[in-house]
Amino acid sequence: MDFVRNFPAISILICMFAAIVSSGLKGRSARLLNTVLVLVVFALSLITFAWCIANGNYTVYVMGVFPAPFGNEIRFGVLESGMALFFSIIMMLSIWGGRQKMKDEVATDKEFLYYVFLNLLFSSLLALVYTNDLFTAYVFVEINTISACGIIVIRENGRTIEAGVRYMIMSLLGSGLLLLGIMMTYDITGHLLMSNIKESVEQIYTSGENLIPLVVTIALLTTGLAIKSALFPFHSWLPDAYGYSTVSSAAILSSLVSKGYIFLLIKIFYRVIGFDIIKASKLLNVLFVFGLIAMISGSMSAIRENDIRRMIAFSSIAQIGYIYMGFGMGTTAGMVASIFHILSHAATKSMLFISAIGLTDVSHGSRHFVDLTGSAHRNRIAGIGFLTGSLSMVGIPLFSGFISKLQFMDAAVSLSYRKMLPALIVLGVSTILNAIYFMKTVIRIYMPLDKLGANRAQADVATNTVPSTKRMGINGVVEENDVILFRQEKLYGFTIILFVTLNIALGVCSNTVLEWIRTGIRMFS
Amino acid sequence: MGPNLLANYTEAIALILFSIGFGNLLLQPNLIKKIIGLNIMDSGMYFFLAEKGYIRGHVAPIVVDGITSTEKYINPIPSGLVLTGIVVSVSVTALMLSLTIRLYKRYHTLNLDEISMKLKKEGL
Repeated sequence: MDFVRNFPAISILICMFAAIVSSGLKGRSARLLNTVLVLVVFALSLITFAWCIANGNYTVYVMGVFPAPFGNEIRFGVLESGMALFFSIIMMLSIWGGRQKMKDEVATDKEFLYYVFLNLLFSSLLALVYTNDLFTAYVFVEINTISACGIIVIRENGRTIEAGVRYMIMSLLGSGLLLLGIMMTYDITGHLLMSNIKESVEQIYTSGENLIPLVVTIALLTTGLAIKSALFPFHSWLPDAYGYSTVSSAAILSSLVSKGYIFLLIKIFYRVIGFDIIKASKLLNVLFVFGLIAMISGSMSAIRENDIRRMIAFSSIAQIGYIYMGFGMGTTAGMVASIFHILSHAATKSMLFISAIGLTDVSHGSRHFVDLTGSAHRNRIAGIGFLTGSLSMVGIPLFSGFISKLQFMDAAVSLSYRKMLPALIVLGVSTILNAIYFMKTVIRIYMPLDKLGANRAQADVATNTVPSTKRMGINGVVEENDVILFRQEKLYGFTIILFVTLNIALGVCSNTVLEWIRTGIRMFS
Repeated sequence: MGPNLLANYTEAIALILFSIGFGNLLLQPNLIKKIIGLNIMDSGMYFFLAEKGYIRGHVAPIVVDGITSTEKYINPIPSGLVLTGIVVSVSVTALMLSLTIRLYKRYHTLNLDEISMKLKKEGL
């Protein structure tokens, strides 16, 4: 079974290779290749994950022939392989769920390009998860940025191109700071491999020399990655990019791309600098404050929003705030809660995006709340998906969101008063705000049909006066009052069912998942 | 601080270049100027790295006359990193320029704020 140690490297390489091959294929075959690829990576990650759990320790895999201080390495344990496994599940479901919609929104001759970008994105995500080398991480961060920009602008209208430009600008600022941080790390430690850097950093810290450059380096690395994952003051690009790109892209961007950067940040905290030194540098307090502000301000913007897709996008900002608040607590319990929230948010947010598109499709393609009234009766399966997602986001027991909130509260209680009170208060307020905007939407989409009749004429007038609202039914067959049934949309319905199952599974089997995360963190550093 | 700054004046210049580029990329409304800012920022960083890898009096790490002592050569890794970084920044610049061309063709302006206003009017 020792052959398993090759699997992470193999999964990164087959993704890159598939991206190259896809660029010469037609849309249909590129799609097939992508499906096969993600399933293969899923299988490989599953085997690696099982192997890591059985093995009980991390594994270092040397890329090439040069040993530790010079060569390039991959290092994986339970957390890394589990993350890769989870990413491949979400990737698959997001692509399946948005496939119908993508046919309408992406030109047929450009379809293969979408799969080129997706394969590249997937390879860079896997590389970010597995790599043990800081400069390799930087290169894959850039590949990730470029391919993410690609999947935003693939739906070619003014909005998405502008969103793509804004996304690129913020991301490039972030990667500029990240690269400067990596260079300064190399300068003061003389290493690029994460484990070697940690040894030197500990020496620097105990000797007390070069302490200020060290703190500056940590600040640069953290700020760079925080900008890229849209922490509160740097979130201006996010609503447009998530709100107007094709739905698979929105789901993948919110649940995978930003999580990849956050995972790299966790890696930097634990493996490059060491969590004790990070805590001593007081930098986590800054993340804590910005996390708290993001939780409130993201939810406030979401409440004000009239567009369902943008509302979900703003909710992402709040959820990213939760994750950074967990970092800011500076305890292992907080970190475990954050990592669980990464999983829970990824599973929930992609489901919300996918089900929102099902709801807008039966409302003449309009995304405004007025037109969405009663749409859950027209597309039952999407309604169930949205309901589950909302309940999970608000934090109702049985769903995954409840467990992550519980973990955050649990972690907050053990903190000192100065941190515990703000954390608990903001968690409470933010939960209420979440409930306001999600329940508002759920009530609207489940408005009974007979009440609807009175409003119908009014709503139709409102829809028709907006000139740019196109009738984007599924393949153009959906007419007014049409009801989408499961058998018309097998793949879509199947995806939503899988999403709901995944969400409930995360919520019900949370103890096992949390135990894996704790083991993973122990192997991590 | 004074003598340190004087001794490391090249790093200081590199960081000033970095900040100029960073500010331009962040604050300029004009897309082409943003891209120029991006390139200045990247050049500043590569300058910083190249300076860090260079040791006065040592030569490029190509073995001639059979001398293998590390006292003779500079560290080759920063130069390698600079090359990788240049490849990345070239591809990013190309992508940004192509997006700028598309926006200009649609909206006949390079000002990002004006483009946003036109988009709002379109009400897409």
